[in-house]
Amino acid sequence: MKNIKHLIEPGDFTIEELDSLFRLADAIIADPNKYLDRCKGKLLASLFFEPSTRTRFSFESAMLRLGGQIIGFDDPAASSTSKGESLADTIRTVGCYADIAVLRHPREGTAKLASKYSEDMPVINAGDGGHQHPTQTLTDLMTIRHYKKRLDGHVIAICGDLKFGRTIHSLVKAMSRYEGVRFIFISPEELRMPSYILEGLDESTYMQTDQLESVIHEADILYMSRVQRERFVSEEEYERLKNYYILDKEKLTGAKDDMIVMHPLPRVNEICEEVDDDPRAVYFHQARFGMFIRMALILRLLNMEVEQ
Amino acid sequence: MINVSKIKKGIVIDHIAQGQGYKIFSQLKLDEIEDVVVLLRNIPSNKMGKKDLIKIETEIPLDLTVLGLIDPNITINIIKDGLRVDKIKLTLPLKVTGILKCKNPRCITQHEKVKDVEFILADAASRIYRCEYCDSHTSL
Ligand SMILES: [Zn+2]
Repeated sequence: MKNIKHLIEPGDFTIEELDSLFRLADAIIADPNKYLDRCKGKLLASLFFEPSTRTRFSFESAMLRLGGQIIGFDDPAASSTSKGESLADTIRTVGCYADIAVLRHPREGTAKLASKYSEDMPVINAGDGGHQHPTQTLTDLMTIRHYKKRLDGHVIAICGDLKFGRTIHSLVKAMSRYEGVRFIFISPEELRMPSYILEGLDESTYMQTDQLESVIHEADILYMSRVQRERFVSEEEYERLKNYYILDKEKLTGAKDDMIVMHPLPRVNEICEEVDDDPRAVYFHQARFGMFIRMALILRLLNMEVEQ
Repeated sequence: MINVSKIKKGIVIDHIAQGQGYKIFSQLKLDEIEDVVVLLRNIPSNKMGKKDLIKIETEIPLDLTVLGLIDPNITINIIKDGLRVDKIKLTLPLKVTGILKCKNPRCITQHEKVKDVEFILADAASRIYRCEYCDSHTSL
């Protein structure tokens, strides 16, 4: 078996490997034209067993900006799986055509299973149900690193739905690998960080509160999140909690001048539009970093760009 | 009572809870070996009331770690020249295939044919394992 690398969960890359990936993304940002045809003649298979326009656009833009091409589907009804084909057969067949595959699937663990059947085609997990979404995590880290120049030593305040937020769990896990990082978890009682995430952290590195105003001055990074309707049993419960934390100009006055506000988007009403013009609001730029880090990832997994 | 002669060389798996003998027989794939194997069920026992027992007259080393998961009270005696030469203390295996099943309805293993799903020991005290695909917890 060839020595190929997949990205199934953020922990698949060591801190050193991540760092090298971020440096490659920096180089692409500095001179994107240099990379315009690095992937000429390479084919990316975009296998979306459930639609996710945002993620698919990000990967496809990344490949096209590297000069590569794309095959794929984003409607499971159009795939041969709907005719009863096994995942194993789909992946083996795709492996005959494509050089690298991006896979999104509603079932947890699918990307890992796919990687076992993929002998010489790297597989990137673009979300497997509520389980992992590693390129979202890479996007978050890349954004933090770009604005704050480093990943260690930050105070990260995370606000909103901490109970069900896969993106957030994954971010906490990834950031806890860096030295001196402290977390402030802000949520109503009902949406607190699950215990299995807290158990993975050193107790001295986090605090929990339900007050955004009283802690915002401590934060270097404020990560806002959306409260999702489908997570709630009743509409009243959702309506009540949805409005629990809304970031507005008023609350921002207490924050550091160099704090950054992040959000995985789309937002509902967690961040007032009046905040959009604040220089600390970086959430509309995250998607750009997402594309650049995916470009770096594709190059790295295809062994097109070795350590510089 | 049926008399089964002592074995000269092999393994005696003793103190199996009544009714569990066949499960262990299957799990160890003893139907696939060609040596003499005896499964005794419902043997009177002072300690346990009734118990099951398996004798295997073989020189092939068997992987018995899975027994630690099935029942830590099972005792394993290694026999040489008709004498017990070793008694193995069972511990929980770090990785298990074939005996646990992922209980997460959203897990891909519930929807695709996946053979040999591996479960990794997550918490020894509560005997909890983690599915290698979806990371959700399960126990026997
Ligand atoms: Zn599972």
